[in-house]
Amino acid sequence: MSLLDYTATQLAEKIKNHEVSVLDAVNAVLEQIDSKEDTYNCYVTVDREGALKKAEEVQKKIDSGELTGPLAGVPVAIKDNMCTEGLLTTCSSKILGNFVPTYTSEAVINLEKAGAVIIGKTNMDEFAMGSTTETSAYGPTKNPRNPEHVPGGSSGGSAAAVAANECFYALGSDTGGSIRQPAGYCGVVGMKPTYSTVSRYGLIAYGSSLDQIGPLCKDVKDCATILETIASYDPKDSTSVKRDDTDFTSALVDDVKGMKIGIPRDYLGEGLDSEVKDAILKAADVLKSKGAIVEEFDLGLVEYAIPAYYTIAAAEASSNLERFDGIKYGYRTEEYTDLHNMYKKTRSEGFGPEVKRRIMLGSFVLSSGYYDAYYLKALRVKALIKKAFDDAFAKYDVILGPVAPTTAPKLGESLSDPIKMYLGDIYTISINLAGLPGICLPCGVDSKGLPIGLQLIGDCFKEKNIIQTAYAYEQARGDIIKEG
Amino acid sequence: MANVISDETIEYVGILAKLELNDEEKENAKKDMESMLDYIDKLNELDTTGVEPMSHVFPVNNVFREDVVTNGDDRENILKNAPEEQNGMFNVPKTFD
Amino acid sequence: MSKEYETVIGLEVHVELATKTKIFCGCSTAFGAEPNAHTCPVCTGMPGSLPVLNKQVVEYAMAVGIATNCDITQYSKFDRKNYFYPDNPQNYQISQLYLPICRNGYVEINGENGKKKVGIHEIHMEEDAGKLIHSEWDDCSMVDYNRSGVPLIEIVSEPDMRSADEVIAYLEKLRLIIQYLGASDCKLNEGSMRADVNLSVREVGAEKFGTRTEMKNLNSFKAIARAIENERQRQIDLIEDGEAVVQETRRWDDNKEYSYAMRSKEDAQDYRYFPEPDLVPIVISDEWIEQVKARQPELRDEKMTRYEADYKIPAYDADIITSSKKMADIFEEAVADGANPKKVSNYLMGETMRLLKDKSMDPDDITFSPANLAALIKLIDAGTINSSVAKEVFEKIFEEDIDPEKYVEENGLKMDNDEDGLRGIIEQVVADNPQSVQDYHNGKEKAIGFLVGQTMKATKGKANPGIINKILKELL
Repeated sequence: MSLLDYTATQLAEKIKNHEVSVLDAVNAVLEQIDSKEDTYNCYVTVDREGALKKAEEVQKKIDSGELTGPLAGVPVAIKDNMCTEGLLTTCSSKILGNFVPTYTSEAVINLEKAGAVIIGKTNMDEFAMGSTTETSAYGPTKNPRNPEHVPGGSSGGSAAAVAANECFYALGSDTGGSIRQPAGYCGVVGMKPTYSTVSRYGLIAYGSSLDQIGPLCKDVKDCATILETIASYDPKDSTSVKRDDTDFTSALVDDVKGMKIGIPRDYLGEGLDSEVKDAILKAADVLKSKGAIVEEFDLGLVEYAIPAYYTIAAAEASSNLERFDGIKYGYRTEEYTDLHNMYKKTRSEGFGPEVKRRIMLGSFVLSSGYYDAYYLKALRVKALIKKAFDDAFAKYDVILGPVAPTTAPKLGESLSDPIKMYLGDIYTISINLAGLPGICLPCGVDSKGLPIGLQLIGDCFKEKNIIQTAYAYEQARGDIIKEG
Repeated sequence: MANVISDETIEYVGILAKLELNDEEKENAKKDMESMLDYIDKLNELDTTGVEPMSHVFPVNNVFREDVVTNGDDRENILKNAPEEQNGMFNVPKTFD
Repeated sequence: MSKEYETVIGLEVHVELATKTKIFCGCSTAFGAEPNAHTCPVCTGMPGSLPVLNKQVVEYAMAVGIATNCDITQYSKFDRKNYFYPDNPQNYQISQLYLPICRNGYVEINGENGKKKVGIHEIHMEEDAGKLIHSEWDDCSMVDYNRSGVPLIEIVSEPDMRSADEVIAYLEKLRLIIQYLGASDCKLNEGSMRADVNLSVREVGAEKFGTRTEMKNLNSFKAIARAIENERQRQIDLIEDGEAVVQETRRWDDNKEYSYAMRSKEDAQDYRYFPEPDLVPIVISDEWIEQVKARQPELRDEKMTRYEADYKIPAYDADIITSSKKMADIFEEAVADGANPKKVSNYLMGETMRLLKDKSMDPDDITFSPANLAALIKLIDAGTINSSVAKEVFEKIFEEDIDPEKYVEENGLKMDNDEDGLRGIIEQVVADNPQSVQDYHNGKEKAIGFLVGQTMKATKGKANPGIINKILKELL
């Protein structure tokens, strides 16, 4: 077994026992990057020097007993929309092509305190807008399970880096499925916690009311451990919530007896690939055989989540991305005639087509005369969707379903038809609208050998239910995916 | 009902969003926006009478800071990424108030 | 015969709050720092930064709302107002549109026809913009974000004013209320109070309002008065010429005494307001309102009543002294130091006002300490100095805030009460001025004044005027 095959917590254990040094781990990852990166393009920036320097520092702290945590010394990759002091942070956009933040996002600070070694910044859809990592200004990332396919998105670089052993775990962000869907496509574990659990300070906003940071990693134990480390109440984020139940690893219990699991019939209908459906139902059977109570039910409103989501996310994004104007940081066009010409040229040259499409849509739905009809309507539908989930969680501890209708599509297939691409988010999006936690873990492969992702959704602040269910399933499932 | 986005509307949205599109991009943007709006119009199938618009999912209220100075002079860092800087300020094309 | 027109005016008044820190970050609001020295990722719109609301801003806004008879909105929210301009680092301003913190208030002013109420439509909280500096020699501007994020309240009146005088009375009223609350220093010339004037005209008797314009860049009461008169006439001229008034924002140039429309193709004026997702709602309980009410300091009207009752000074005096919070503070402290209230009042209304006028200063610019004024009055009362010396000493206090006792001592200005010494000097004065003596004896009472003056001159102003009079009468 290669060092790279360890999970993050296994590696930390080996480091703690002096079987492996932090430097060994960092070097192994850097070597893997050297051999795989030309094919996969997981990273926008690899911070070789910084990682090697940090490895030494962290090793000393581990040796002195200052760092004892379950992630100490483990190399991590960070999605390129989280600010990292002194390290290029581009959001995979030309407009931030030269932006070096002077502050670090709170989630990354929490990791650093726990002894994480940052290897680099991962590729993503530009400003997290996309489902394939093809909208990146720095070229698409390839799916390590089959490089002809996309890794999913927007945290495609993070998911692929974990799948390709180019890091031991990664942080991603999830606005409409951007952690869970690429986790599913790449056959890794990914989780979006309840909105407000991980601080958004330093996360470059896409849809502020929907964005959450979460882990992408190799197994459920890593997932709980990482989430426990990054979750914190942050006075710098007004939407951050003080929780005293973030001991997520306490839910790593192999027991689902009596756990009530609902499968929305609406998630199994038209559009769902039959191989994906079979794998999901098989996973449900596994849980049932372990004593869970599993039944199908009607969730409702599923088809309304996508239009509501794109209205809200585009509106917030159009405002959030106004700050990119060529004045304070980032790209500024070379030639311009006056202020407004500078704004327009800078932004038109700096943003890619998908970002422009959403900014235009968002500006339109907020504009005079349309706000009520589009934006407020979407917020009302959001309330209805939240209510539908409240009703479901009155009956079930966990909602189970697919993470996406299909396995990873081929590169170049998705971008031509935006609405079709948006439809791929149908099972993930409503979770963001309702602020719920969701985890995705592999539950099989299709006939092409591509991973199939199982999604478990919990009620707000009930991450432990889905972690426990995922953990129990994972124990029963065993290994199903080998690197392609 | 199919939405129709006029040239004027695309022009207007370009002014709001500070984006300059060439003719081809404009045509694409019109088509994209029309199909997205058609899709969004699906929301009108739902009766939302009496439903309060929900901007925050959780009832978190009253998050405040105390009125205490916590930041010192951080000019160097603030200006570090400026495309153009002059006299400790961000340089911008001439504005007229 | 030409028609008669009525001017209809509403005001949008922006007031910079006197907090120590900005509205959404821990940067100082102090003036005079190097450009961008008081900035951080939040107030310069860095990617990933998030706002956190300063509680004091909410309390000041509530205090102003309570003092202006507003309803406090118990569920209030912030919204984003989107527009591109370099002084606005995020290209949106965090403000309140849908649920402003205060609504439906009024203040009472002395209008053209007696007392009248000016309605307050709403008060909302928002952030100030940075400052643009225009380079004289390069074809560029520069932006300093030190003021970016300084808390503002915007007080939006109803269109209840009918003349420049009413507008100024309303502004004075607001200024005094806010100054007394300590919520702002409200200086128009320094920009801590700014008024935009919404003005329309209509024929007298008409029910419908005319089309209004909004006038910006009004930095003094004089500018406001001039701009109102100018805009009123401009609109009447348009109407008389059969042209339409265009609803627009105009900028006043006080040097050239005219205004121009601030319009451009790139100015859509479509702010795309929506609820600020990075901030949570403000829920104000009855209890919180009561707490703010209980902490509310004494406002001007209450002070005037108390001055008359407790200090027995005339209503006229109380009115003038309380017309500035600064003066009222000086008055109260000097009285608390044991000085006679009426005498303090006289000094403030007389000498102080005269010196302020001479030096074109505002009461707010006063720098002397009330203790020194109190000490001076005590010196006069004790007969230690005479009134002409007192006047000289007060000027010194006004200018340099000197300690009067020390000053009188060091400069030997104590009143000369030595009768024997004075008698000699007066005998000499009488001997030197036979003509005046003659006049006096011929019934010209005034002549004695000349002799008193001569004696004062000879004693360098220090002589006790009572003693001089007494001795003179004896000698004559």
